[in-house]
Amino acid sequence: MTTTGKIVTVNGNMITVAFDGAVAQNEVGYAVLGGKRLMAEIVRVRGRRCDMQVFEATTDLMVDDTVEFTGELLAAELGPGMLAQVYDGLQNPLAELAKEAAKISKDAGYFLQRGMYLPGLPRDRKWDFHPTAKVGERVSAGEAVGWVSEGIFDNKTMPGHKIMVPFALKGVYTIKSLAPAGDYTVTEDIATLTDANGNDVKMQMMQRWPVKVPIKCFTERLEPTETLETTVRTIDTFFPVAVGGTYCIPGPFGAGKTVLSQTTARYSKVDIVISAACGERAGEVVETLKEFPEITDPKTGQSLMKRTIIICNTSSMPVASREASVYTAVTLAEYFRQQGLNVLVLADSTSRWAQAMRELSGRLEEIPGEEAFPAYLESRIAAFYERAGRVRLKDGSTGSVTIGGTVSPAGGNFDEPVTQATLKVVGGFHGLSRARSDARRYPAIDPLDSWSHYNSVIEQAKVEKARAILRKGNEVGQMMKVVGEEGTSLADFTTYLKAEFLDAVYLQQNAFSESDATTPVERQKVMFDVVEKALLTEYAISEKPAMRKFFMDLQQTFIDWNDKKFRSDEFNAIQTTLVKKIEEAAHV
Amino acid sequence: MFNNKVYHKIDALSGSIATLRAEGVKYGEVAEVESRAGTSLAQVIKLDGPNVTLQIFAGARGVDTAAKVRFLGETMKIPFSQDLLGRAFTGAGVPRDGGPAITENPSPIGQPSVNPARRIMPHRMVKTNIPMIDLFNSLVVSQKLPIFARAGEPYNELLARIALQADSDVIIIGGMGLKYDEYLKFRSTLDKSGALAKTVMFVHTAADPTVECMLVPDVSLAVAEKFALEGKDVLVLLTDMTSFADAMKEIAITMEQIPSNRGYPGDLYSQLASRYEKAVDFDGAGSITILAVTTMPGDDVTHPVPDNTGYITEGQFYLRNGRIEPFGSLSRLKQQVNKGNPNDPDNKTRKDHRTIMDAMIKLYAQYKETIEKQSMGFRMSDWDQKLLKYGALFEKEMMDLSVNIDLIDALDLGWKILAECFDRGEVGIPSKMTDEFWPKN
Ligand SMILES: Nc1ncnc2c1ncn2[C@@H]1O[C@H](COP(=O)(O)OP(=O)(O)OP(=O)(O)O)[C@@H](O)[C@H]1O
Ligand SMILES: [Mg+2]
Repeated sequence: MTTTGKIVTVNGNMITVAFDGAVAQNEVGYAVLGGKRLMAEIVRVRGRRCDMQVFEATTDLMVDDTVEFTGELLAAELGPGMLAQVYDGLQNPLAELAKEAAKISKDAGYFLQRGMYLPGLPRDRKWDFHPTAKVGERVSAGEAVGWVSEGIFDNKTMPGHKIMVPFALKGVYTIKSLAPAGDYTVTEDIATLTDANGNDVKMQMMQRWPVKVPIKCFTERLEPTETLETTVRTIDTFFPVAVGGTYCIPGPFGAGKTVLSQTTARYSKVDIVISAACGERAGEVVETLKEFPEITDPKTGQSLMKRTIIICNTSSMPVASREASVYTAVTLAEYFRQQGLNVLVLADSTSRWAQAMRELSGRLEEIPGEEAFPAYLESRIAAFYERAGRVRLKDGSTGSVTIGGTVSPAGGNFDEPVTQATLKVVGGFHGLSRARSDARRYPAIDPLDSWSHYNSVIEQAKVEKARAILRKGNEVGQMMKVVGEEGTSLADFTTYLKAEFLDAVYLQQNAFSESDATTPVERQKVMFDVVEKALLTEYAISEKPAMRKFFMDLQQTFIDWNDKKFRSDEFNAIQTTLVKKIEEAAHV
Repeated sequence: MFNNKVYHKIDALSGSIATLRAEGVKYGEVAEVESRAGTSLAQVIKLDGPNVTLQIFAGARGVDTAAKVRFLGETMKIPFSQDLLGRAFTGAGVPRDGGPAITENPSPIGQPSVNPARRIMPHRMVKTNIPMIDLFNSLVVSQKLPIFARAGEPYNELLARIALQADSDVIIIGGMGLKYDEYLKFRSTLDKSGALAKTVMFVHTAADPTVECMLVPDVSLAVAEKFALEGKDVLVLLTDMTSFADAMKEIAITMEQIPSNRGYPGDLYSQLASRYEKAVDFDGAGSITILAVTTMPGDDVTHPVPDNTGYITEGQFYLRNGRIEPFGSLSRLKQQVNKGNPNDPDNKTRKDHRTIMDAMIKLYAQYKETIEKQSMGFRMSDWDQKLLKYGALFEKEMMDLSVNIDLIDALDLGWKILAECFDRGEVGIPSKMTDEFWPKN
């Protein structure tokens, strides 16, 4: 018996519904509008009335219109068929939506149609199921019974896409029957499991999971000690990210948060990337959408899109599904983590998600906190990042979810609720500075303010020495503004030039230059050795102009070096030149 | 389902908001309010049991409790036909040029967003012959980009200049809080150049009701969308979006919404975004490019309106002292069009474009530092002298808004300025580029 209700109030995307029967917090219901059904979620229950946020425009709804409750929480569909998809925040596949809408009219095909929903996993597609478990075997939630081949997960270069016992099943089951190898759709039964009391459960390749609840089918959480290779030099060397760790990128508008996220999505050494475009520009998603299929992933030799999922709830799409989108993204990530894979979730921008919470809270007339954000902002942010982690799975293998979120602070001032709440819970802080982005020093990660708790790809002691020069160089730079170059000693001036050199050739990295955009760790190490040599050498140059000229020349040669293919003859030749230049200028 | 019931009793009035008891009313539908103050349209903005809250477009001033309210059963619509071209209307769609009213083809405003899967990558440069735009921050078809300026800067002149230079099929001007003189000036500028015939104006002047100001972007963009779906490249000019945001603030406050920042409603970002995101290049139809003006109260870019705008748009041009500032100004789509790949059919530039762009800006930043040092009375080194010379040349020959040259000429000029001031090893440009482009003599 499903519960139904009647609309009492409509206020923006919030409706209040008087219902009979029982409802649950976060339960999904549909407001019936003529032939359309508008999806909504319960956000508060008071007596016989509940408040629901509608995932669509509420135009044309009337008092007394019917709401049908589903008895289910907002859930994602998990199984084969998610990779390379572009979903909205509620896991509707956008390309399919466009096709469906185009059936109404050509023009309608361009727009998102209200009340049009399609399944997240294709229903008609068949997958080649390979059973790996045996009848009679005892299994529990999250354990694999077989695999299918999906894209790069073909059981050759990469493991197959594992078909797992639904995460929601509690206790131990015995496999009563298992489908033979063959082609099946995601909704066909592939196994019958019997619980301790002899009750049978049928399982399919697809399972559903409520997005706001973390998946916890693992034996233990592990410390994130391994560095996640982003191939961005500043990050990997100075402000590293760990596999299974968390980090944030706050920065004023235009400072490079999105470009940095996109670069990371492209070049990071992970198995799967889930990009959540949350309340940002549609155009940026289109870039990813059109470019990724054309790019070859060096690891698999196949299109980069095959390891990517885009969750796209851009700024002009309904706000309530924006709130849901980050949860959808992390739920999909947890599913792949359960397969023993390393997954990177990039959420751009978490501030838009926080604003969606604020809008909702305002409509609920809750008591506002700072800048009108709800009082539970901090705990929601903490709970979201808490879903990252490296875990040991039941079969002994490990999997991970790494979360990187951008933050868009009002006025570019980090002293605001979302940035502050985020900084409390993440392991890495890549603060972008306006001064750096104005000076086109990309990526604009502030090398003095940023920090990371994770391990660098370069020996820590070496990194600290370089960091000290950066700091000292910056101090000298500040001082020089007061006392001028003439009032600065040659030694200080040299430190200043060294810091500038490190910045120019190593920290700065042009995301739009083919050769410079990505520096794998192996190359970073070679580069860092040369940089280190330049930084630690004492030079036998006695005049400031000559010193400046020396570093400019060195920098020029280094920039040419960055342009060359790793370990090509030219590369090796310039490396030798650089070392020679440094040694020749050194004190002996 | 039509509800043409007429009501004669308004229970509450405040600002532009009226509340009355009515039945069978749809959320978002439009009503006609007739009182001794005249007739105005109004929109349903809240339903609470039998109570209906209306926002009256002409404001509630003079509306009496016995006013006649007739619900029209549908949402706000704007007529669409080719006859719109060359005409000027108010935010509510009433002619303001003395011409006949247009009623054909009423189309709803504020429609759902474009499916991102049906957009194409922006790839066509809009040439303006302004080097600070073409060379340093190229404008691209389907871009949304505001001009940030303090009141009094010549932003409307700049808008008009770009509009005339860009060869779009249709120009739509959405004026918000515009001075009447400015409206007339737009008209005459477009008229003189013969562009008026492809222009539609929706203008709210400072003297008109606040709610009409809020309608201007929706109405302008709904019409733009119609033209774009017909395959037209449409340029929409919105000036001034700060007036739009202020209108929203005023209404949010009368609605007793909890403000988030300096009185602006918490959904300011979403509200602005849903308008700006109408900019699009349709896969298989036309396009909408949005150039807006955002005046910065107190010349403060961290003010909520420019701040939220910056987070939405694809860059911004800072207009300061009549010049487009190289710092802070940004076109985020420039990399789509400045590759200079000769095999690209849309290519309008040369392969040294990015090199010149980056190098000149980096050097200009250093020049700024030198100026600072100079103002503190420090001795200028040889290098400082070079930078000083460079900065002066850059400002005179590139930044000045009177400069009107083609992009390729601007690139040549860039190399010339560099060569006049520096040695080729000093400009941070890879040798393979200087080998090819550094002026020979
Ligand atoms: N690593 C980089 N290399 C070269 N250019 C860059 C780099 N990062 C950013 N940029 C430039 O800065 C522009 C803005 O970057 P981006 O869109 O990432 O900013 P953002 O911080 O995401 O801004 P917003 O908060 O408004 O979304 C880009 O369009 C590009 O021109
Ligand atoms: Mg961004």
